[in-house]
Amino acid sequence: MNTEERFSRQRLFHGIGRSGQERLQEAHVIVVGAGALGSLTAETLVRAGIGKLTLIDRDYVEESNLQRQQLYTEADAAAWTPKAEAAKKRLLDIRSDASIEIIVGEADPAVLENCLPADLIIDGLDNMETRLMINDTALKHRLPWIYGACVGAYGLSYTVRPGQGPCLRCLMKGIPMEGETCDTVGIIAPAVQFVSATQVTEAMKLLTHSFEQLRGTLWSFDVWSNETSSIHVDSLQEENCPSCGASPAYPALAWSGRSKAETLCGRDAVQVKPLPDMQVSLEQTANVHKQHVSKANQHLLVLNIEDKRLVLFKDGRAIIHGVSGEVEARSLYQRYIGG
Amino acid sequence: MQITLNGQLQNIENSKTVADLLEELQIAHKKTVVERNGTIVIEEFHEREGLMDGDRIEIIHFVGGG
Repeated sequence: MNTEERFSRQRLFHGIGRSGQERLQEAHVIVVGAGALGSLTAETLVRAGIGKLTLIDRDYVEESNLQRQQLYTEADAAAWTPKAEAAKKRLLDIRSDASIEIIVGEADPAVLENCLPADLIIDGLDNMETRLMINDTALKHRLPWIYGACVGAYGLSYTVRPGQGPCLRCLMKGIPMEGETCDTVGIIAPAVQFVSATQVTEAMKLLTHSFEQLRGTLWSFDVWSNETSSIHVDSLQEENCPSCGASPAYPALAWSGRSKAETLCGRDAVQVKPLPDMQVSLEQTANVHKQHVSKANQHLLVLNIEDKRLVLFKDGRAIIHGVSGEVEARSLYQRYIGG
Repeated sequence: MQITLNGQLQNIENSKTVADLLEELQIAHKKTVVERNGTIVIEEFHEREGLMDGDRIEIIHFVGGG
């Protein structure tokens, strides 16, 4: 493959040029999550000539993914191929000399640290808990990372740079658990493409050292209602933030700072305990999942979802029946309850 | 009262404060960042921050999907 020709149009672009293209080809980017956002971001980076891509994902391809997760095919869904593996195969079809590492499994602190050194981490996740773990890992290793998320026709993005403004923990102060996810209120592909486009553009600016061109705001849009917003959030930086403050403790990297999943002996069930600072509202969750509710009282809520039974307690704990293991249980919890 | 919300003109009927507006928009239970006329209004002040005709309000709420 003639790389001179292959990347010629990108090199022609004034913001990148020859030196920018060289920097892209030397960069290592970790993309966490290979769902809609992550797979699209991975494809754009590989096409752009990124030096090395590491892709982490715990899930496998399903039919309901194909409407928006554009690296995957019917054959991947029929074979239950792990997303990271299906992505790698397709990415190598696109660019045969690309350097692509994949990890089929949960992104936990040890897994992520094993992927370092890297220049940048990009978020393609479907849950906030792992995002806070990325936030803390990136800050600890002084790496930039790019948050992106979407649901329905809405999306938002924010670029976190160590020492340059607030981190995600400063902005969110706790984890929203309102249960609105792609599995509950749906998602359209253009919303994904918008978020991924902004994330990859910010990534290109960071990697080519075009720092003055970075957006510098928390940014959101709704492609259906045509609303858009951009807010300078520097004033929200918390001096004593446990992730980016003067004496960081990186709570999301500690065992106590993670949600727990444990198999309940002899019950074909797994209990998932969310993070201590998550607040679950049974009423709100029942409202979002009307069609799945089979029982509800003041202490708990029973949902029948995808042939599984999820019993959610007021303290945020859930016992999930009919799952194959702890990874599936945690994934189901994050997709339907939140976190 | 007419305000500009995330770049679009909107008539607001029942909201006197930022907290009311988040309720009216049905996003009060979400994590949000709110800006009124160029200044961020932190969560603790949502209930006492009054709205006025012609305000420019920006609201971004966090979601987890992707």
